[in-house]
Amino acid sequence: MVNLALAWAEAYQELHPEVRISVTGGGSGTGLTALLNGTVDIANASRAIKAEELEAARSAGMDPMEFTVARDAIAVIVHPDNPIQQLTLQQISGIYKGEITNWTQVGGDDRPIVKLSRETNSGTHVYFLEEVVRMGNADDPSIFSADTLLMPSSEGIIAEVRDNPNAIGYDGLGYVTEDVKVLAISREAGGPFVMPSIETVNSLEYPIARDLYLYTRTGELEGAIQAYLEWILSADAQKIVSDLGFVPVLAAEQP
Amino acid sequence: MRLKLPSVNRETPINLLIKAAGYSSILMVLLIFLFLMREGLPALVDVPLKDLFSTRWYPIEDYFGILPLVGGSILVTLGATLVAIPLGIGTAVYISEVAPAWIKEILKPMVEILAGLPSVVLGFLGILVAVPFLRRFLNLPTGLTALTGSIMLGLIAVPTIVSIAEDALNTVPQSYRQAALAVGATPWQTIWGVTLPAARSGVLTAIMLGVGRALGETMAVMMVTGNAPVLPTSLQSIIMPIRTMTATVASEMGEVAQGSAHYHVLFFIGIILFVLSLGINIAASSVSMKSRKRSERLLS
Repeated sequence: MVNLALAWAEAYQELHPEVRISVTGGGSGTGLTALLNGTVDIANASRAIKAEELEAARSAGMDPMEFTVARDAIAVIVHPDNPIQQLTLQQISGIYKGEITNWTQVGGDDRPIVKLSRETNSGTHVYFLEEVVRMGNADDPSIFSADTLLMPSSEGIIAEVRDNPNAIGYDGLGYVTEDVKVLAISREAGGPFVMPSIETVNSLEYPIARDLYLYTRTGELEGAIQAYLEWILSADAQKIVSDLGFVPVLAAEQP
Repeated sequence: MRLKLPSVNRETPINLLIKAAGYSSILMVLLIFLFLMREGLPALVDVPLKDLFSTRWYPIEDYFGILPLVGGSILVTLGATLVAIPLGIGTAVYISEVAPAWIKEILKPMVEILAGLPSVVLGFLGILVAVPFLRRFLNLPTGLTALTGSIMLGLIAVPTIVSIAEDALNTVPQSYRQAALAVGATPWQTIWGVTLPAARSGVLTAIMLGVGRALGETMAVMMVTGNAPVLPTSLQSIIMPIRTMTATVASEMGEVAQGSAHYHVLFFIGIILFVLSLGINIAASSVSMKSRKRSERLLS
């Protein structure tokens, strides 16, 4: 989500040259930790704040405020030459748990499956673990199989999937480039299989989509932060959201 | 004539300053070590030893088995050593013993440029060139393997080895070579039988420091080894993805909550790295010490 935060900050500073916003990446956990340490005023996160982070904030006298600022769909990607067009959540979970190790088991060529994931500090990783590997079942203790490659960046995943016909990866729809193949996904074994797009995410048909958040330290916002937040939920800023391949939220849904 | 006391007075503060500079590095190492201990040793309390020395690393679900990371680092470093020794020593011998002066003039700065190359640049080259090439050439499931990391690290260790080994070869007296050639040895026999053995301690130090450089390297390894925490169990692991200690600390330190078990375990990994590189440095200096004693004996 760092691309989005950067684009927002850039556009906003053009409109309001008196405001300076600097953006740093590093993953949702990094941002929230920085917010709690007081090094930043706003933390963007692609996952909701964890219970222990909230507790740490409360004990430090803060009352973090959550805003949903965009939506993001996670696309499951393979090499363009891979004949697979679609997978069920169950199959993807099996692949990442290490139960399915060859593409023939899901109807593909006789090739080993090389699984790619973001590092564990990425909000995308945690989201994928909870919603896909465990299929939304919080009591499920399964985790990624040990031979899953953990890539430090989205670009690393795209580069390997683009080059390697054995590979399967996942990444935010906003990061996916034209030279990899996006799969249609279904919740149930029988389908329907849905391709990720702005329409299918907002209609909640596409099964792997999530909200993107922005956190502030307290509900009482300083003037500059307040103005920035209001602008982010405006039509202009939400246009940037869709330009970057994310899914805009409707202003009416805000608290 | 009377002693000029003022000049002694002027010397004292300068002497003290130099002394302080000398001791500061010792103090720095001690402080770093104490800090590592303070932050890392609580890991032994937070995590049962049995879990710490197990084979599953997945910290966000409290799996803290560090064996795959230690194994990964050792495997990649060994691989890098195998790549770097022949290349590094070969280059040093060529520059010092074989190459004509004008080639030497070009080669030495080139090696220095290689030493100055940021490792992230080598990592990019690795991802875009070495990874796809190795996958096709060896027909592997993926090119993100320990072998790729070893080659990259080998290239990073080469400049260190070349410059130190070349210095060592240069200190071998010219008379040794002349004597060998005079009794009819070929140039190769002179290098292999006389020059290299005479410079042995410096060459070994060069290798040790190169190994230390490889062990501590982070960025390039993180980009090309796949970072999958699989315990290397056989020779075949060299063509499989692995995860090193340095890559783990680098990619997870930013996320971790201060004071958590995960935080302490990451510092514990830091202690292991510190001890390993300390061991390598001690080995390197004991090698050069030993030979100095021997040469002293020869001279006396």
